[in-house]
Amino acid sequence: MSLDPARDPLDVDALLDDPKTRIVVCCGSGGVGKTTTAAALGLRAAERGRTVVVLTIDPARRLAQSMGIDSLDNVPRRVKDVRGSGELHAMMLDMKRTFDEIVEAHADADRARAILSNPFYQSLSAGFAGTQEYMAMEKLGQLRSRDEWDLIVVDTPPSRSALDFLDAPKRLGSFLDGKLIRLLMAPAKVGGRAGMKFLNVGMSMMTGALGKLLGGQLLRDVQTFVAAMDTMFGGFRKRADATYRLLQAPGTAFLVVASPERDALREAAYFVERLAADDMPLAGLVLNRVHGSGAAELSAERALAAAEGLEERYGERYGEPGAEGSEASGADAEENLEAVGIVDQEGGNVGLRNSSESEAPNSPEANGTSTSTKNDESGADHSGAGDSGASVEQLTAGLLRLHAERMRLLARERHTRDRFTALHPEVAVAEVAALPGDVHDLDGLRTIGDRLASACVPGDEQGR
Amino acid sequence: MSRLQVVSGKGGTGKTTVAAALALALATEGKRTLLVEVEGRQGIAQLFETEALPYEERKIAVAPGGGEVYALAIDPELALLDYLQMFYKLGSAGRALKKLGAVDFATTIAPGLRDVLLTGKACEAVRRKDKRGRYAYDCVIMDAPPTGRITRFLNVNDEVAGLAKIGPIHNQAQAVMRVLKSPETNVHLVTLLEEMPVQETVDGIAELRAAGLPVGRVIVNMVRPALLDEAELELGLERTPRTAIAKTLASAGLGGARGAAGRLVDPLLAQAAEYAERYALEGAQRAVLGTHGLPLHELPLLADGLDLAGLYELAGELRHQGIS
Repeated sequence: MSLDPARDPLDVDALLDDPKTRIVVCCGSGGVGKTTTAAALGLRAAERGRTVVVLTIDPARRLAQSMGIDSLDNVPRRVKDVRGSGELHAMMLDMKRTFDEIVEAHADADRARAILSNPFYQSLSAGFAGTQEYMAMEKLGQLRSRDEWDLIVVDTPPSRSALDFLDAPKRLGSFLDGKLIRLLMAPAKVGGRAGMKFLNVGMSMMTGALGKLLGGQLLRDVQTFVAAMDTMFGGFRKRADATYRLLQAPGTAFLVVASPERDALREAAYFVERLAADDMPLAGLVLNRVHGSGAAELSAERALAAAEGLEERYGERYGEPGAEGSEASGADAEENLEAVGIVDQEGGNVGLRNSSESEAPNSPEANGTSTSTKNDESGADHSGAGDSGASVEQLTAGLLRLHAERMRLLARERHTRDRFTALHPEVAVAEVAALPGDVHDLDGLRTIGDRLASACVPGDEQGR
Repeated sequence: MSRLQVVSGKGGTGKTTVAAALALALATEGKRTLLVEVEGRQGIAQLFETEALPYEERKIAVAPGGGEVYALAIDPELALLDYLQMFYKLGSAGRALKKLGAVDFATTIAPGLRDVLLTGKACEAVRRKDKRGRYAYDCVIMDAPPTGRITRFLNVNDEVAGLAKIGPIHNQAQAVMRVLKSPETNVHLVTLLEEMPVQETVDGIAELRAAGLPVGRVIVNMVRPALLDEAELELGLERTPRTAIAKTLASAGLGGARGAAGRLVDPLLAQAAEYAERYALEGAQRAVLGTHGLPLHELPLLADGLDLAGLYELAGELRHQGIS
């Protein structure tokens, strides 16, 4: 059984080595190893000579530790023990800190203080769906403009929808610059409620509705916030637009990350379509946790049949006598055993020994002494062979059952993948063989990097 | 039994599947259940192989025990307009607000508001009664946001506290919290036997407990069958000569011991070594999960992938384990 790899393998090294590649964005649904992929790509690029910063969004503690950094924060930290002339820096997005920095950078000290202490601002910067996405893009823009790194690898937030990080910045940008804000700002600007009379009736009805909906206190917080932010508006949308254009620029490459599961690949397909619709440059699909087998020529069915055969034989020889008795008389059974032994172990000797053992409990001890020397050596030799003979069959059956499960998993993964590639034959795919455990150190990330770059499952096809 | 069962879990652990199986399991006991989706992913529709769910409670399955599963995909925008209409008769103003961007603001940007609307709708379904004063649903199952966000999502009160100290949002949040923190509610966490999901589950349990939210059960999903036991692993990997395995493979008709069967030995042993590593890791993770004093359940990995039949199988398994 030959398992063809995806038709167009993604050349990860070519992508990372190309000096024109300045930004790599890893996106995909939750739980597919996005952050780990970003870190592994960053390390590989650094060890191939580039100066890299990896922006992670919400890394598991262990992943941060795997880069030798106990707690990542909003400042890029250099990762130690990176081989070669390149550099790897890593950071974790702190959305509140990033938002605060924008405020501090764009408002004078008093105004910044007023904004930072506003309850509405505090909730906005710490909590809402969309801030994280906006701030990730904001941070990306900042890192890019500092120009200290020749490659930025970005992880994307674990959004409820994979597309959120493309949409949220625009949404926040347009909210902060939009009609609603201007409306909210109007009364605050001209002196509280008195300003309302300058608005037409429809507008005032809406502010009334808004007041009912949000509650008067919240509305006032929003208004104060908006008034304080006044000078900064315009900037948000402009920056969101700039980052959006940066994502479309030629130096950017998107990698869609997925695992070979239905939901993850469906999300990946959405992503591919959305990126195309937005003119975002897609480099390919990284398919994580793909299983392979070095014994792919042995099908699940044959492996199972062979395992059953072995178990049956094992059961007949060492199983409960009752079960045997129902099939044959004692004498017949003994003959059977002999036959099995002979066939099984390709030496008549062994077969005979086997049958002699089955007799042993019945034979008088005197009998044993008469052939003591022979029995001793053959007995020692034999009891080992007998025991492990049984266990080897049991073990081999287990190995075969394990293999059958692997082959079924493999077939299912392949089927899921093929559905994706049939839909999107234009997308290059890098398959990353599954690791049995999690990544704990740079070596683990290196292994993933190697697997990413080899773009095919080890043992998937003999000789590749 | 809790009437609102919230199912969360790290991304990729199959929380939607577990939520759906739980709803089916309850329905099999004759209960009328409502399966609620809050993230707009249409995962329920895909699972039940139906068209996309509208913002409307719709029957999607009838269980063998005579119970029914209804499903609802809560759309925050429609929930808001619903809410405005219900409490303020703000039909036309609602539309005007939408034009202005206020609805978008309230449902996607304003912190916490979206969550109040989503949890609020679910709690409304929990409390709803028919004309005869009976509950409209025996049980509401929520396919909730992932573990990393679940506490913040459910703890709407805290989230909007700094924001709305009085007023309708505050009141709504209070009402929602009364339901969520009561014995009426249980939050279940779905995980896999892998380090990251288990770590997230452990963190999630701590966060939920700190917030005073009731943690129910831990459900380990996609558990692979134990194909080799420890004795076999040790024997196979340490002590059994390769030639013996090759001979046994040959005797099972898989080719010559020095030919085709012999070539199988190394890859088969490599797979066993991977299995052994994973087996040990899974054991360690199981032990970690066991230290939190919560009922632990395991659902098998379905060999042929998940389809509707598989969903019923998982529901049967949940019933068998007494979870429903």
